This record gives sequence, structure tokens and C-alpha cells, in this order.
Amino acid sequence: MLRLENIDVSYGRIRALQSVSLQVKEGEIVALIGANGAGKSTTLRTISGLLKPANKEGRIVFNRKHIFGSPPNSSRTASLKPHTIVQLGVSQVPEGRRVFPKMSVHENLLMGAHSRKEKPLQEDYERVFHHFPRLKERRKQLAGTLSGGEQQMLAIGRSLMSQPKLLLLDEPSMGLAPLLVEEIFHIIEDINSSGTTIMLVEQNAHLALEISDRAYVLETGRIVLEGSSQELAKNPEVRRAYLGD
Amino acid sequence: MKDLMQQLINGLALGSIYALIALGYTMVYGIISLINFAYGEIYMFGAFTGLILAATYKTNVVVALLGGMMLSLVLGVLIERVAYKPLRRSSRLSALISTIGVSIFLSTLMVLLKGPNTQGFPKLFENKVYAIGNFQITIYQIVIIGVAAFLMLALHLFVTYTRTGRAMRATAQDQDAAGLMGVNIDRIIATTFAIGSSLAGAAGVLAGIYFNAVQPYMGTMAGLKAFAAAVLGGIGSIPGAMLGGLMIGLLEVLSVTVNLSEYKDAFAFGILILVLLVKPSGIMGQKINKKV
Repeated sequence: MLRLENIDVSYGRIRALQSVSLQVKEGEIVALIGANGAGKSTTLRTISGLLKPANKEGRIVFNRKHIFGSPPNSSRTASLKPHTIVQLGVSQVPEGRRVFPKMSVHENLLMGAHSRKEKPLQEDYERVFHHFPRLKERRKQLAGTLSGGEQQMLAIGRSLMSQPKLLLLDEPSMGLAPLLVEEIFHIIEDINSSGTTIMLVEQNAHLALEISDRAYVLETGRIVLEGSSQELAKNPEVRRAYLGD
Repeated sequence: MKDLMQQLINGLALGSIYALIALGYTMVYGIISLINFAYGEIYMFGAFTGLILAATYKTNVVVALLGGMMLSLVLGVLIERVAYKPLRRSSRLSALISTIGVSIFLSTLMVLLKGPNTQGFPKLFENKVYAIGNFQITIYQIVIIGVAAFLMLALHLFVTYTRTGRAMRATAQDQDAAGLMGVNIDRIIATTFAIGSSLAGAAGVLAGIYFNAVQPYMGTMAGLKAFAAAVLGGIGSIPGAMLGGLMIGLLEVLSVTVNLSEYKDAFAFGILILVLLVKPSGIMGQKINKKV
């Protein structure tokens, strides 16, 4: 479904990603784990088009369509902008939630459906409220006045409004109480089982490996390990570095 | 007291003009944190367009106003393309200097095209005076206040209820997040420049009619006062710009009432300095939380 090939990304002179290649298959939950500053968010921001790879040989392909780079034996280089990438069906819940604080919950959801041109239907709202009933009660409230957990729910619900095929989640557990984290991760599993493929970036490697099918480990901009989440959870290196053994 | 009421009406008319220009400053600032100093010159350009339409092509006031707005809109989009877009990734300071360059270019160009002298505006309609109670209001004032109020209401409805308006607000609140929602940021920036410019153009035509005087440097002072108005109201806030414009207009007229007319310009800028010292976020502005 999604394929990254040899992606380099730099911030000025600093290399953030080096030759990153990874794959997400339809229906999976794929986790990307690693320490602070390893390049996890950078990877998601690059997939969404907020950052551009530095190398022309790199490729990002989603459902056979080039988000970045040129198809084999073609000289045309694609470099799609964020708004076009959402239209393809890749939606990102950014780190730190980033809801629109001065808009109501309802307006935030409407913004989530912005890429679809046509007005969202009642059933689109219902799907979001099915996962997050609390948002329904707070429909008219300004997003900036919601609690952290509710904002995270809104951020995910807002992304669902675009009817994504692939949902990119950046640190959904950040700054939340353990009980809430558990609740949100249950909902993420629900969203996945109702047909949305998920790519998850998490510092909490425990949780990430628990709910994902496969995972990649990033270290200073490179992928150093990959495999099924069960195997990775048993890997002594991973246990020492990320699971606190 | 009677005099004060009269001055309030005069101030309201003048303030409406400042408010229309201030909206451009505040909207563009809200979206990309840039002060586009060329708005004063777009206002001047709008006044000349209206003048040429009315004097050379003998159009009526509606065509002159709409024509002034349309051509100013085109000019605004052009400025965005040429002077801002190439600098989008560079520092705010470079972009700011670029807009100052554009404003000097436009006023100089107008001197070359139309000469430096002040030109009168042809009489588009009879200026009657109405007496309401014990103060007077002219048709010109009614038209200016009415057109400005209509445009501001239309802008408010547009920003609050339309899809594009919502996307503009989202972009102002969080540009990256708006992009992730599918908002075409480039198009929103261009639209914002376009709307602000057409409002400044409308202000120019109205001012040409009201003061019966159009000249290439008229935009400098008006632009700076509108900037002061936008800061007073809270830069980035649309209702703030409307309020700030009206307040600067009223203040200027009141300074004439109390026989300080030689200082009327100083009042506007005195307020600007005062606001920046005491409450930099302005009347309606929010505290700016710099994102880390």
C-alpha cells in the first residue's frame, strides 16, 4: 500500500533521515519506534509532504501513485503537496494533536473533511462519534478548551472525516494519563479492524509493539531493525534499549 | 455637544476608510505573519482606477467602485506572485522589505504615469446634505459608511460560513495542520492577498470621492494609519481591524475638534506607540504563543 525507498531528508545541513526504506501493507498496523530525535516524526512528515526528501533517487509510492520521486524509466519527478496527498487517502494525526483551538469541535470535524469537496454526511459524523462518544457531547465547545485526551480524540476523529485508507498517527500517547492511553489504543485497534490501515509512531515501545503487526526501529535517521512486532519484543537489543530491561 | 455628534459622523466616515485598508494588513498577518506594506499603495491604485473609470470612461459610481476593487484584486494577486511567493521560505524581514519595495515602486510608477499633481474626482452624484435632529450627514458619508459596513459584513459572513473562509481561519490557526486536512495553502494565501487588496481598492475609490483628491503619494499616510489601526485593534483579528480603523478615524477628527488639527497625524502614531508599549496584542488580539 505504502512504500518508501531510500529516502534522505535534511534540515539544512543536518541529516534527519538516511536512506530509509519501509513498507506498509493493506490492513496492517505498522509501528515505528525509536528514541527522541531518531527521525520518527520526520518520516511521517515526509510521507504527508510537509517535508521533501533531499535525494532525487528516493521514492514514496502510495497505491501505485508516486507521492515523491520518479517512476522507473520516467524522468518526471513527482513531489506532491500535502493537500493532494490527503486526497489520495493518507491522513496524518500530527504530534501534539494540533487541533484548531479557536474552532468548535464540529468545525474541526468539518475541516477534517475539507479534502473531500462534497459536504460530509451524517454517517461520517456518526462514525467518529461511534469511536469517540465524548466528542458528540462537546460538539459546540471550542477545541482549545478541551482536555488533552479529548483533543487527541478530536485530532483522530478529524482525520477519520477524510475517510483515509491509511492513517498516520504521531505519538498519540504523548502527555496523556495511562488510563486514557489505554482507551485511545483500544480505539486505534477498533479503527484498524474496521478497515483502516495504520502507521503508528510511538515513543512508548511497549504499547506500540503490543498493538502492531510489524515494526521498524529507527536510530539516528536509519532503520536498524525490522520485523514482526512479536519477534521484536523478544529481541534482546530492543528489550534493552526500548523496553527498559 | 452638537459639534461632538457632528464630528462623530465625520470620524465614522474617515474611520470606515481606514478600517477597510486595515483589514488587508490584519488578514495577511493572520495567515503568514507578514505586514504587507504595499496596502497603502493598493489603496492609491484603487483611487486612480476609480478616477480613470469615472473621468475617462464616464462610468457611474457602481462601475467605478467595482472596477477599482477588481483591478486592485488583480494587483494584489500579482504582488503576491512576484514579491512574496518567491520569498516564502526566507526570513520575514526579507519579505517585509520586499513589500516596502513594492510600495515605493507603485507610487513612483504612478507619478510616471499620471504625474505628481493632485487630481480632482469627477462628480459622480450630487452631494446632498441631510439634517437629522441637530446634526448633518452628507450623501457621500452615507455611501462611504454604508459601502464599508456592507463589505465588512460580507467579509464576516464569508470567513465564518464558507468552506474557503473556514480554510482561511484554519490556516491562520495552524498552517501545517490545515495542509494536512487538505487545504491548498498557496491558494489560501493568494485568496487572502486578493480579498485584502480589493477592500483597499474599495477604500481608495471611496476616499477619492469623499476628499475629491487623488495623488500618487496618498497611500503612504493612509496605509500607515491603517497599519496603526490594525495594531490598535489587535493584529490578526478581523473585528479588531474594523474597530481599530473606526477608532483611529474618530480620534483624528476629534483632535481637530479640540483645535489640535496640526497634530492629527501624531495622534494616530502616538496611539500606535502607546499600544505597542502597553498592550502589544491590541484590543482584540490574542497573546501570541510562539510555537517551539
